[in-house]
Amino acid sequence: MSVVEVRNLTKVFGDMAAVDDVDLASREGEFLVLLGPSGCGKTTLLRMIAGLEEPTSGEIFIGGEKMNGLPPRIRKVAMVFQSYALYPHMTVARNIAFPLRAEGVDKAEQDKRVRWAAELLGIDRYLERRPRQLSGGERQRVALARALVREPNVFLLDEPLSNLDAKLRAAARDDLLEFQRRVGITTIYVTHDQVEAMGMGDRIAVMSDGRIRQFGTPEEIYSDPADTFVATFIGSPPMNLLRSEHRVVGFRPENFRPITEFAERDMPSTFRFHVNRSEYLGSDRFLYGTVEGYDENTKVIARVPVNASIPEGATHEFGVAAADLCYFDPRTGKRLRGDE
Amino acid sequence: MSDEALAIGVRTQRPRRTLLDSERLLAIGGLTPAVIYIVALVGFPFVLAVVMAFSDVTVGDPSLDLVGLETLRQVLADPVFWRALRNTLVFTLISNALVVILATALALILTKDFKGKWLVRLLVLLPWTTPVSLATISWLWTLDSIFSPIDWVLRQLGMLEGNMIWLGQPKLALASVIAVHTWRIVPLAAVIVMAGMLAIPTEIRDASDIDGAGFWRRTFEIEIPLMAPIIGVAVLFGVILSVTDMTVVHVLTRGGPTNYTQVLASWAFYKGIEGGDLAQGAGTALFLLPVLVAVAALILRFARRREVL
Amino acid sequence: MAATTLDVQRRRAELRRIWGRVGLYVMAITAALLAAFPFLWSIITMFKQDRDLYNKENNPFWFALPPTLEHIRYLFENTEFMTFVRNTLVVGLAVVLITLLISLPAAYSLARLAGRWGERMGIAIFLVYLIPPTLLFLPMSRVVASLGLLETLWSLILVYPTITIPISVWLLMGFFKGIPRDIEEQAMVDGYTRAGAVVRTVLPLVFPGIVAVIVFAFTLSAHEFIYALSFISSTANKPISVGVPTALVRGDVFFWQSLQASAVFVALPIAIVFNLFLDRFIAGFTMGAVKG
Repeated sequence: MSVVEVRNLTKVFGDMAAVDDVDLASREGEFLVLLGPSGCGKTTLLRMIAGLEEPTSGEIFIGGEKMNGLPPRIRKVAMVFQSYALYPHMTVARNIAFPLRAEGVDKAEQDKRVRWAAELLGIDRYLERRPRQLSGGERQRVALARALVREPNVFLLDEPLSNLDAKLRAAARDDLLEFQRRVGITTIYVTHDQVEAMGMGDRIAVMSDGRIRQFGTPEEIYSDPADTFVATFIGSPPMNLLRSEHRVVGFRPENFRPITEFAERDMPSTFRFHVNRSEYLGSDRFLYGTVEGYDENTKVIARVPVNASIPEGATHEFGVAAADLCYFDPRTGKRLRGDE
Repeated sequence: MSDEALAIGVRTQRPRRTLLDSERLLAIGGLTPAVIYIVALVGFPFVLAVVMAFSDVTVGDPSLDLVGLETLRQVLADPVFWRALRNTLVFTLISNALVVILATALALILTKDFKGKWLVRLLVLLPWTTPVSLATISWLWTLDSIFSPIDWVLRQLGMLEGNMIWLGQPKLALASVIAVHTWRIVPLAAVIVMAGMLAIPTEIRDASDIDGAGFWRRTFEIEIPLMAPIIGVAVLFGVILSVTDMTVVHVLTRGGPTNYTQVLASWAFYKGIEGGDLAQGAGTALFLLPVLVAVAALILRFARRREVL
Repeated sequence: MAATTLDVQRRRAELRRIWGRVGLYVMAITAALLAAFPFLWSIITMFKQDRDLYNKENNPFWFALPPTLEHIRYLFENTEFMTFVRNTLVVGLAVVLITLLISLPAAYSLARLAGRWGERMGIAIFLVYLIPPTLLFLPMSRVVASLGLLETLWSLILVYPTITIPISVWLLMGFFKGIPRDIEEQAMVDGYTRAGAVVRTVLPLVFPGIVAVIVFAFTLSAHEFIYALSFISSTANKPISVGVPTALVRGDVFFWQSLQASAVFVALPIAIVFNLFLDRFIAGFTMGAVKG
């Protein structure tokens, strides 16, 4: 039985559908990521699961029970916001105790649980401080403690790392994952950062324009994209797409290499690759250019080993293994399976 | 590029520092009109008022002869002065206490969305947007000793025989003045409090919803504490308006019955203008200052300590 | 299917929502009535005939005798009401102009350039605001008289900014502080002088604050009573706040219907305008008071 499930979920604001007929089901204990550019509906979806918004149509199930029309506190969900939304005028201890007080838990039990949550997250020495005296990472842990203390069924996280600076983000990501693994609570995590999503998610739902484009493991999303949106959104640099009348051909930069590197059984397709620019990044080398026979404005990128000597300004024979090629419908962008 | 060419290029490109660039001069220039205005039209009369309080100037004898503390002694010897001082404090305290509660409630209402909100906002603003004198005159009729509609309603309900004499009975007169003050200040205070309410990030409200706080807990444990500084600002405005006001008392009761509802501001007016004793008028009004400064200091310190965000 | 506890919760939540809405409407209507009832009732009163009004048995909230326009006519034809209105408008607009011209540079200077001083000067300005007209009006009369401005509108135009400037500076100061320096510095890099940069870039951003000041300053000067009472006794130059009471109150005789009419005609337009700008005003106050 899935912990969180939504069926035919739609939310309309005015004449625009922020979330458009979405189906989704999570597995127990999994770290599920909602990934997409801003405006794709991921936060609205999260808020509907939380109970902060009511859907226009469709159903929400938590723990098998239908949740429509019920306020957040009954759903037993906990949420961490982008700004952490700590109560600025309360101490850390009172912040964490707040949901317990709202529930009517008695004082002794409150103190016990606050202490437990604070120790779990390593913030027990900050209990008497105010949020403004803490760093970004510490505040995040307070927010998590406040969420944890209610022993919720689901954790909902709305881009909690985007307010940290880049250096701290990696460490915070690590802490977060370790925390989630330790408590084992099903988590739904919203982000626009595909690197974050790929690194953290057990499964990822890629969204755009209110719809889920693809829902799968990072491997599935990366090598087996369901449409051109997913193909270009995931991966940095994104998948190369070459348009022709009947179809769109896609392949990832690391699969695009000098034809000499392929064996016959790979059944590589050949491309004449005119290299305009070479970028040295220390661990990788990227080649930027165009491919003959296709629109000359389409930029194509290849990733090659650092010491490969492939001169700029010349045209080379490159190839992609048959297994690494993806075909898409030129009108809908949807993946074409099987051969052309 | 050669060094020479560089140097020439830099020299011709550097903008000339005009008066309009110099930070210092601009700051002084910007402040000067305001400072001159205030020194000339507030500072100077203020000094003059203080001097007047230490003189014996009257309408009949306009020369400023200094008499030391004699005038002030006369002011303090008058029992009406003490009543006026007491009234000033009592009116301000009670009406502003009421203002805080009512303005916060009103702000809570006006920050929600509902049909007809524009009309409600308009009606609620009316007490503030009407000139004080006109608004108070409307109340004069509402509290009239014969024709008051309030009395009429009470009579219809069988709760009253005759009239309440709102402005003639001492205790009722006090209550009436307080009521009119409160009524007038609530809209302004509500607008200020609304500003504070809207400054609270929506994520904090969402978080309290998730944490299971109902309406009352959220309002009293989260929203009001976070708004404390700006409620302080609203109270400060309210206090200044009610302590310095003489119009309401003047129009409503003329300070009566028999000086029962005098406040410092109105008493100073009557002494100075109608009584002709300008020195005593100034002396009485001078006592407004310590009251104002004390209250303002209290409120500002309260607001600053709660500075949280 | 038997009702589960969740269904019960759902119903309860729905009921709570409905009662909440009902409560909201009740509170809103109560507030509106409490605030406006003198006016709503003035609207009836101003049309009442004398015999209707001066009968304590009659229902004050409706007409026992047919309504009449005679009192309104009296207001406009037999009193100087329109003159008072014109005076108030003239004074108000002039005061707003002077206030803006003086407060904007002062607020900017204090917020940006005066550094540590800025804080102290800000408090000083606020303290000035605490000096009440009821203390100053006596010596101020002498100042105005010696300038030869008694009995003219200029006396009011000159003196009212002393009330409006301190509060406006305080409001605008907070506003300017909220705008980052980068914006003007960018314009300066682009070639403008500092003054030019400010006018072009910062001023538009301060617009809600300016709206707040305009509304506040106009309201304060239209309300002002004691200076007007002290400086002007000739009817032709009175503003509304003193003109209406003195014209319509002769000794003990109050021309109630006309008085109520005047209150309605003055209060409603101002309230409508204020309501239109309320959102901007609140935005201005938020920036000025909350951040400042």
